[in-house]
Amino acid sequence: MGTIIQVDDVSQHFASRVIFKNVSFSVATSEVFVILGGSGCGKSTLLKQMIGLLTPTAGRISVCGHDVTTDTEAVRRSMGVMFQSGALFGSMNLLDNVALAMAVFTDLPASARQEIARMKLAMVGLGDAALRLPAEISGGMAKRAAIARALALDPPVLFLDEPSAGLDPITSAGLDALILELRDTLGATFVVVTHELQSILAISDRCIMLDREAQGIIAMGKPKDLQAHSDVKMVRAFFNRESL
Amino acid sequence: MNNAALRQDGDVLAFSGDLVAQNVGAIWKSSIAAAKRTHAVTLVIDVTACHVIDTAGATLLLTMERIHGGQMQLQGAETQGTALIAQLRKIIPPPLNRQEEQRASEEAARAARAPSVLENLKIRILFFGETIVALMALPTKLRFLRGADFAHIADNAGLQAMPLVVMLGFLIGMILAFQSAIPMQQFGADLYVADLVALSLFRELGPLLVAVILAGRTGSAFAAELGTMQVNEEIAALTTMGIDPETMLVLPRVAAAVLVMPALVVTMDVAGLIGMGLVLRLFGFPVSAIIGQITFAAGPSDFLLGLFKSMVFAAAVAMIGCRAGLTTGNGPRAVGEAATSAVVGGIVATVLLDGLFAVLFYRMGL
Repeated sequence: MGTIIQVDDVSQHFASRVIFKNVSFSVATSEVFVILGGSGCGKSTLLKQMIGLLTPTAGRISVCGHDVTTDTEAVRRSMGVMFQSGALFGSMNLLDNVALAMAVFTDLPASARQEIARMKLAMVGLGDAALRLPAEISGGMAKRAAIARALALDPPVLFLDEPSAGLDPITSAGLDALILELRDTLGATFVVVTHELQSILAISDRCIMLDREAQGIIAMGKPKDLQAHSDVKMVRAFFNRESL
Repeated sequence: MNNAALRQDGDVLAFSGDLVAQNVGAIWKSSIAAAKRTHAVTLVIDVTACHVIDTAGATLLLTMERIHGGQMQLQGAETQGTALIAQLRKIIPPPLNRQEEQRASEEAARAARAPSVLENLKIRILFFGETIVALMALPTKLRFLRGADFAHIADNAGLQAMPLVVMLGFLIGMILAFQSAIPMQQFGADLYVADLVALSLFRELGPLLVAVILAGRTGSAFAAELGTMQVNEEIAALTTMGIDPETMLVLPRVAAAVLVMPALVVTMDVAGLIGMGLVLRLFGFPVSAIIGQITFAAGPSDFLLGLFKSMVFAAAVAMIGCRAGLTTGNGPRAVGEAATSAVVGGIVATVLLDGLFAVLFYRMGL
């Protein structure tokens, strides 16, 4: 498996406040890679850098061989993003939400866009909700619909921001199963930001843990290995619910 | 990326290139037509020359199978493509039933529909009543008020509106004076332009124009601010904490608007008079004659009536803005609708109240 995302010595400062510094890691093709850590450690900041919404103070990030800072357009064509709130367009039904990217970036006729969008919604278990508006569906359905929208053009990389946040354990487990199924079916790479331990253990091939005080990565590896063998206090506390 | 192409070879439909979303648009219709034309029981599709098949490509093949009506026999597909098609075949969505969905949506919309005219009127009267009750209960709820909030609202509604009021007042004074001076000059009555402009500004235009500015700037801001709080469930949070939103959010806004309004009207009046004075100076009248004419035509009662009216307008505009915000529906569009409703409602209420005052003051001989 080749490397699809490369993060080299990336730092982020806001004025004199350092969020993290010298963060480096790589993500392999078709891997489910999780970025985890406590609140305020910079998980979402790192994600914003990786999807080109924030320019790193220092360092370089490449996705599918394209530099995120200088070749943003190419990077955006290679990725889909699911935001924490779903961020579905409230004025469009789910079908139109999913078909939007196809209308903009392909020459598919309307009937084809509709067929494909319905298929994407069926892939996330929303085949019978295609004509509903975002206001008419539940939070879990909105997250599934947002994943379907992120999948619209079959991007090789998907970034998911807190997919399980605010969901009940059953819906959350269903979403985890969906991520693995999509990875196996489409061969896509998933980068998931979360701090839900159950999800991390269920979906993650590898993960990194960020820490606010260390201002960077304190652990990297397979989650089960980290849970069993890590000698970092914060990692043990996170995975084994030990007190600090 | 290789362009996709379709070739018919007897009963076999052979694809080449990459069957991906960016490519299949060009061959979608012809592929569907080819599948429809094929009379063989089995639809034989050869994808040996295809390097990549994504969901869009797989959907095309499955749509061709559905249109053909028989079984599809796929030749030469790589493992990934075959697995994807098999996976998608298991979850082919049911046909869209737009009518049924529309009925369900309409039913849901009826449950959360916008109130009718009568219900709207009831909401407004209730809101007005609740605000009055909150005002009367204020002495027992002073702890709900936050001085910093009040100062911030007053600053936004008053001080920050000053430059706009000065500019509009000055221009309106100039325009009024200039437009009326030309015809009045023909009768040698151009000095009376000072009377006309001063009376119009003090009694009508000053309060009315500032109320329109207040509705556009402050009323809409109140609606958007409270509407966003409503959407974010901040209002619900206040209510569950036992803090009544009318006292904490509405009263400071209404009070701030009522307090800053006279200052804005005075500013508008003065700016308008200066604009008018400039035009009359250009017509050759000395400053002393203009001032004399203004003091002769307009008395303190005209000025004070205007100020009184303006405070009522301000209360109406602020309350309508707050009501629009607190009765906002769900979603970002609702906040926009609340802001629009605040501006329209504020302006209409101002004009209606102005008409009411005109009749009232006439009957009272003021």
